[in-house]
Formats: sequence, C-alpha cells, structure tokens
Amino acid sequence: MMDGRLARRLTAEKKGNDMRYALLIYGDERADSQPSQEEQAAVMAAHNAFGERYKDQILGGEGLLETSSATTVRVRNGKTLTTDGPFAETKEQLGGFYLINCNDLDEALQIAASLPGVERGSIEVRPLMEFD
Amino acid sequence: MQETPLVVERVFRAESGRILASLIGVIGDFSLAEDALQDALVDALQQWPHTGVPRQPAAWLTTIARRRAIDRLRRDATLLRKQEALRALARLDASDGASASEPEDDLLEGEGIPDERLALLFTCCHPALPLDAQVALTLRTLGGLTTDEVASAFLVSVPTMTQRLIRAKRKIRDAGIPYRVPSREALRERLEGVLAALYLIFNEGYSASAGDALIRHELCGEAIRLGRVLVALQEQEPALAQEAAETLGLLALMLLHDSRRQARVDAEGALVLLEEQDRQRWNRGEIAEGVALLDRALLLRRPGPYQIQAAIAALHAQAERAEDTDWRQIALLYQSLARLAPSPIVELNRAAAVAMADGPEEGLRLLEALRLEESLASYHWFYAARADLLRRARRMDEAAADYVQALRLCENGAERRFLQRRLSALAKRGGE
Repeated sequence: MMDGRLARRLTAEKKGNDMRYALLIYGDERADSQPSQEEQAAVMAAHNAFGERYKDQILGGEGLLETSSATTVRVRNGKTLTTDGPFAETKEQLGGFYLINCNDLDEALQIAASLPGVERGSIEVRPLMEFD
Repeated sequence: MQETPLVVERVFRAESGRILASLIGVIGDFSLAEDALQDALVDALQQWPHTGVPRQPAAWLTTIARRRAIDRLRRDATLLRKQEALRALARLDASDGASASEPEDDLLEGEGIPDERLALLFTCCHPALPLDAQVALTLRTLGGLTTDEVASAFLVSVPTMTQRLIRAKRKIRDAGIPYRVPSREALRERLEGVLAALYLIFNEGYSASAGDALIRHELCGEAIRLGRVLVALQEQEPALAQEAAETLGLLALMLLHDSRRQARVDAEGALVLLEEQDRQRWNRGEIAEGVALLDRALLLRRPGPYQIQAAIAALHAQAERAEDTDWRQIALLYQSLARLAPSPIVELNRAAAVAMADGPEEGLRLLEALRLEESLASYHWFYAARADLLRRARRMDEAAADYVQALRLCENGAERRFLQRRLSALAKRGGE
C-alpha cells in the first residue's frame, strides 16, 4: 500500500524534488542528417541555454550518435546474435536524453516542453525506477 | 433507525468526492484514501444506528477516515520512513481538536474539510491518463459512483473496469501526476481536458453508443452536478474565474440538452427528432437555468465552442414551435463553430441548418462537398441527414437508399428504430 515514493513525497515536502525523470529525445534522423555548421552551433547553443536555465534540476544528459552507428546484441539459447542497426525501425529515433529532478509530472512536462528539438521531434517523459 | 443505511448512502453519494479529495490531499495516495473512506463507511453503518446520525456526517466521516488511514499505516509501517507519513497524519488529527470521541463537535462543515475537489478533478482528468480512465476515475472518485455502477454505465465488465481504475491509479503514483490545480501557463489547456471529460460523461449518458438504453440518465445528472461544482469552485478563484466562460458554456449546453430528455424518446423507445418533439414536455427550469448561465458566460467575452453549441441549443429551446426556429441564426452559429472547432460533424449540422433556412437543395449542395471526407463514410448520421434532405426535396428513391445505408452503419437500438420507421414511411408513400 504505502511505498517509498509516497513516504518521500510526504517527508520531502520542504526540500521538494522527490521524483526523477528521464527525458528521452526522439527525432527523425533523416530529416536533419546533414546539419550545417551553423545549424549544429545553434543546436548546441540551445542545449547550453536549456542546461543553464534548469541547472538546479538537471542531473545529467547525453546526446547519442545516429542509429547507423548502432549495433544490437541478443543472447538466445546461449548463442550471441549481433546485428547491425537499432532493435526496431521506427519513424523517430532516440537521439539523446536528460535526467532531471522534479516535484511532479507537471513540472517534468513543462521542462520537456522547453527542450530544444521539441518542436520537430517528441520527448518521452519516463519516471526512473527508484530502489529503496 | 431502519433508514440509517439509506442516510449513509445519501451522505456518501453527496459528499464522498469532497471527502476523498481532502484525504488524498493529505495522504497523497489514492488507494489508501479510498480504503480509509471505505473503513469509515463501515464504522458509520455500525455506529449510527446506535448513536444517531451525527450533525455533520461528512466531517465525521472525514475524521474517522483519517484515523483509519493512520491505523492502516501503523499496521503497514515496517520501515522508518513510513513513520514520517504517519506523523503527518497524526499532526492533522491532533489539530482537529482534543475531543477524540466526538469528532463532529469540533468540526464545522467547510472548515473541517478543505475543498480540494478541483485539484482532484485536474488529477483525474490529467492528459497523461487515457480518456476512458479519466472519465472512469472522475465518476468513481468525484461522482461517488461504485465501480459496478461505472462499469455498467460504460457497458464493460466489472473486472475490466476494476483493472482500468487500478491501472490509472498506478500511473498517477508512478508517473508522479500531482494533486493540484495546474500553473497559470498550463491552465487553459488542462481545463479543456477537464471539460472534455465532463462532456464525454454527459454524452455517454445522453446517447449511448450501443445497446438499448438511449438515455442513461444518471450519467447526465452526474456530469451536470460535476459541472456545477466546477463552476462554483472556479468562480471562487480569481485566476480561474477568468477562464470560466467555457465552463459556464458547457454547463449551459448540458442543461439545455438535458431539458429535452423526456421528449426525446417515445413510448416504444424510438428516438424522436427535435422538430417532432412535444415541446410541452421540455424541462422549463433547465432551459431557464441554461439560458441564464449562457448569458453569464457571454459577458466574460471569451467565446468558445461550448458557448456556441449552447447558443444553438438555446435557440432551439426558445422556439415555441419547430417552425419558429431561427435556422438562419443557427446556420451562422455553426459557421463560427466550424471556424473555432472544425469537424465534419459540425459541417453536417451546418448543412442541415442551411437546408432549413434556404431549402433542401442548398443543404444537399453542402453535403456533396462533405461526402469526400473519409471520416464521414462510416458515419450513419451522414446518410440519415442526407436522406432527410432528399426526402424534403421529394427525391424519394435516393432518400430510401440513404436510410438503408444509415441502418447498415448504425448500432444504437433507439436510433435504428427511428431510421426503420422513416424508411417504412417512405416505402408506404412510394406504394400509394
């Protein structure tokens, strides 16, 4: 019934920031596979501004190279299968992520909505699994 | 004393939303709050027959439910952290007053139970929840309907509905959906979601999508009741009051539709069209209230789709006879509605209004343009509407073909009986 998260919510009332979320940034790689130098610089600047604005809440984050650089590994019946590319072909690919600290989902959604790239791709907001 | 269970049920129906909202506000956990309230109800059923019904039954239930939550937490408090939650509740219990055995003496209604229903409504209608879950959760927590009642209202099995509610509550907890009124930036968008959920509840009651009960009236009544609560709560908060126009519009719209409930279905359970309804059977009280609410909404000068739809419903409600209807004005309102909230169904209604104002051929011309819309191809009202215009234009064979097509697509019993009747009337006339 009562779980750690609820207890944290009650006890952490004053310090707040009792939920952690991953903001998974999805976008169409093909749409922006050949960014010009200016475009790249603009994206970097946008992320820097985002990082500065939410520096108290950002725990970390990274960008990923394109899925063409990905390799997928499975082990089935003790046999390792290695294949080229991502696990599934989808319209939008995971391009990077941030980890943030928030009071609740509404705050996380508000931060996600101000991420660079949200206007072209989409941001999946996922709570982290917490171990007590 | 025999009627005590009835008193408990009445109190529960009327107050459970408010009690639950306040419990969740303190405890922060849906399931624990629900279980504790359930415990308090059991206590009430056992004690009230002997002690009499307390003067403030809702306050009594709230206080007892808080204590039952403490009991449940104690039983469960194996980890140190849980002691913290327990202390939070204990502090509240102490602040309720010292006389533990007579909680109702210390609690004034309204003071004892802070009204947090608005926050709970925003939680239940959070866009992170699927729409069917939003609606079920709203009815269950704020409407005080049992899971069985919500299940039967939506024609799903009790286990299915139970699962739906459990999944929704789990998502609220796991995703960290908050219990509070959203910030100013998010308010308008989130309010739209709340209104959409209420309107869905109303429509599910007004025109069931399958089965024979055309009007499951409890749902309409519940949506109207929640609409009233929302209007009242919104008008108390200055920041929210500015956004109240569409809430007023929705409440007006629901009342104006509901006013026709008695006249809308005949003795055999077939749908009766607006122009053929016995207007004596319309509910004058609801019409007057709806029109007054719409006037208040329009004064706020924030037009929106619900206000326009309410204005259309008000024009129908104010026409003493079907032939007095101001179709030209209605066609114009549908035109503005199509601009604010474009949809093929709005266009369909506009075509019907234009046909009434300017003749069936004008309406048919508009429908012809709509026919290419893919989403209308499987919509029985498209064929029913066109059949009606063709009938008015005396193109009987084409009208009959469209009624047949509408019947092929329609699943609602009362609507099918209506279409069947129209078709046989055409056939009879054709045979003469």
